Amino acid sequence: MRLKTQLSGVTYSFKDLNEVLAKANEEKSGDRLAGLAAATGTEMVAAKEVLADITLADLRNNPAVPYEDDEVTRLDQDSVNDAIYAGLKNLSVAEFREWLLSYETCGEDIIRASRGLTAEMVAAVVKVMSNLDLIYAASKINITAHCNTTIGEPGVLAFRLQPNHTTDNLDGIRISTLEGLSYGSGDALIGLNPVNDTVESLSNILKMFQEIKETYQIPTQNCVLGHVTTQMEAVRNGAPADMIFQSIAGSEKGNTAFGLNAQLLAEAQDLMLKEGTATGPNVMYFETGQGAELSSGAHHGVDQVTMEARCYGFAKQFNPFLVNTVVGFIGPEYLYDSQQVIRAGLEDLFMGKLTGVSMGVDACYTNHMKADQNDIENLSVLLGTAGCNYLITVPQGDDIMLNYQSLGYHEAATLRELLNKKPISLFECWLEKMGIYENGRLSQGAGDASIFFGK
Amino acid sequence: MLDMESKIKNLIADVLSEMGVDSSPSAGEIATPQLEVSLPDLTAENLSEQLLVPTPVNREAYLKFKQATVSRIGIWRTGSRYLTRSLLRFRADHAIAQDAVFNEVSAEFIKDWGLAEIKTKCCDKDQFLTRPDLGRELDDENTALLKKSCPGKARVQVYIADGLSSSAVEKNAKDTFLALIQGLKGHGIEAGTPFFLRYGRVPAMDAVAEILQPEVTVVLIGERPGLATAESMSCYMAYNASVGMPEARRTVLSNIHKGGLPAVEAGAHIADVVKKILDQKVSGLDLKK
Repeated sequence: MRLKTQLSGVTYSFKDLNEVLAKANEEKSGDRLAGLAAATGTEMVAAKEVLADITLADLRNNPAVPYEDDEVTRLDQDSVNDAIYAGLKNLSVAEFREWLLSYETCGEDIIRASRGLTAEMVAAVVKVMSNLDLIYAASKINITAHCNTTIGEPGVLAFRLQPNHTTDNLDGIRISTLEGLSYGSGDALIGLNPVNDTVESLSNILKMFQEIKETYQIPTQNCVLGHVTTQMEAVRNGAPADMIFQSIAGSEKGNTAFGLNAQLLAEAQDLMLKEGTATGPNVMYFETGQGAELSSGAHHGVDQVTMEARCYGFAKQFNPFLVNTVVGFIGPEYLYDSQQVIRAGLEDLFMGKLTGVSMGVDACYTNHMKADQNDIENLSVLLGTAGCNYLITVPQGDDIMLNYQSLGYHEAATLRELLNKKPISLFECWLEKMGIYENGRLSQGAGDASIFFGK
Repeated sequence: MLDMESKIKNLIADVLSEMGVDSSPSAGEIATPQLEVSLPDLTAENLSEQLLVPTPVNREAYLKFKQATVSRIGIWRTGSRYLTRSLLRFRADHAIAQDAVFNEVSAEFIKDWGLAEIKTKCCDKDQFLTRPDLGRELDDENTALLKKSCPGKARVQVYIADGLSSSAVEKNAKDTFLALIQGLKGHGIEAGTPFFLRYGRVPAMDAVAEILQPEVTVVLIGERPGLATAESMSCYMAYNASVGMPEARRTVLSNIHKGGLPAVEAGAHIADVVKKILDQKVSGLDLKK
């Protein structure tokens, strides 16, 4: 393993692989906050060059957080398929990148390879890929999953409908849900972030979602994104949940800060397969985001892209229906501006797909970042082109509860039309039956939530 | 020739009339610019009462449910895109929020109030936003200035910090502060000399407390703006605060703005909470209601 190179007559040497991984990252304010970023642009490129020459075996043998210290590392390493790994281990990161982008390599080849990868390999290759590389390689990979419907088919772009409310008011949530449906959003999920993380509140909202689904015969899935333990309690008490959600991190310490470990998530998955309302087999939903580990002091001196890749390695263990990065939510300390958010969104989508999970993105930003709605609209086109399984939508992009901006319900229709994508097929049939879609796009009456009330 | 000219004129008039344009000479004059007349304030429209769907199946139910949320619902569309009115309203709300974050609390505001200005280790707004660690510390120079400006060991030390919204501070801090001081007086409690902390994060109060050593430290600080309001301020209070203390030891009152908890009411309420903190000698989760 060579950790030294020269650029323009200057020698750059790095003390270990973690330093190379960190300094090879594209500029992120979070890596700078952590004191891990390259000092200059040239040092960054030097780190990329060193990394390009490292083999996948070196990355396997040097996990970012030691095997003995960390459950996430252990699960990721132990689930590697040795036969597939044996065929990849001698590739350098540079060769791996070229293999991914080659005409000779199809999506199925990549999905097979992903079983022989660890998170560090996934993170490493991203650091030597351009934005268009990430979009192109991601677009090759189709990962499907099934809860009540199938997500991730080629040519499909699905949307989560997120009807959040400042006080969990049921009427307010209902009208926001119906509004989203009237624009064709909600095929990935009808999923709410609750204000009140109590069994009673979660149960009331789940029951209303179930009632809406049954009344209008909507082929989709629901979830209320409380803490995993609250959701489990609600399900045990008979609340009708199709999926259980949890925010996860890329280290055991980070997961401890979120109040979970692998055993708890395995129990949740088991509970959903036995007592959940969904067909399955994919009944878990995870959210991630670059910088989450640093914010809880659980990053082990590892950069935020590598920690993010480890989230996907962890998520994969529980066969999720949905995984999405909430890419601009965490704020400017981690992703400073639109350039960093767009890069992170593309990195996360590709890393999720390369890991083999059904990957979506919440393309979003906060008001203290140097980004605006135009930036997030740009990102949504890139993500749609890259074959993102789903995106998140709220009324006109304004989440009144979480106080950040994402995409709007309108964007679902615009992006599908623009990128020649369809809703999940059963959901599209339902949209046509309801008169919301006609000839593959919004009908005359779409956008009127009161069609659900009748006269 | 004249005949031809009038024919052409008539033809043009016909075409314009078909296009809905009046070609008569009086309408052809440019309208007098109405320099004094303003368009209505877009941000003053109450979104909960606004239904832009032209012919909803059930207007009454739509409006009734809309009352239950401030979400941007019933906003209609052109093709699959937003109406111009909704687009501009969104942009206006976001611009106001960003201005609150990125603009500085003005020097006049601090001068008019007569506050000493202390700064954390951040050198500018960009560094403040990207380095929360520096926004909770003071360098030697500012530590000395703080000691010089404010006598230490007050029972209650109140100060103002910009935090993430300059608008919140400029709109609410003074009224809240005056009501707070009056409330404390009513309880027979004297507060120390207030000051302004630029580029201050919430935990900077721990550093301030170690320098000035009051019993209770109180900071009025701008909250991260949402689209609904950019003027929301919070108040954090802690008993015997120290650097590295658990977050659970802070008592917080948030949502201080004219549409939430109005400044004067907030000040009076904070005074009562400070009294309780002094009586019980604890703050945060340990404080009994």
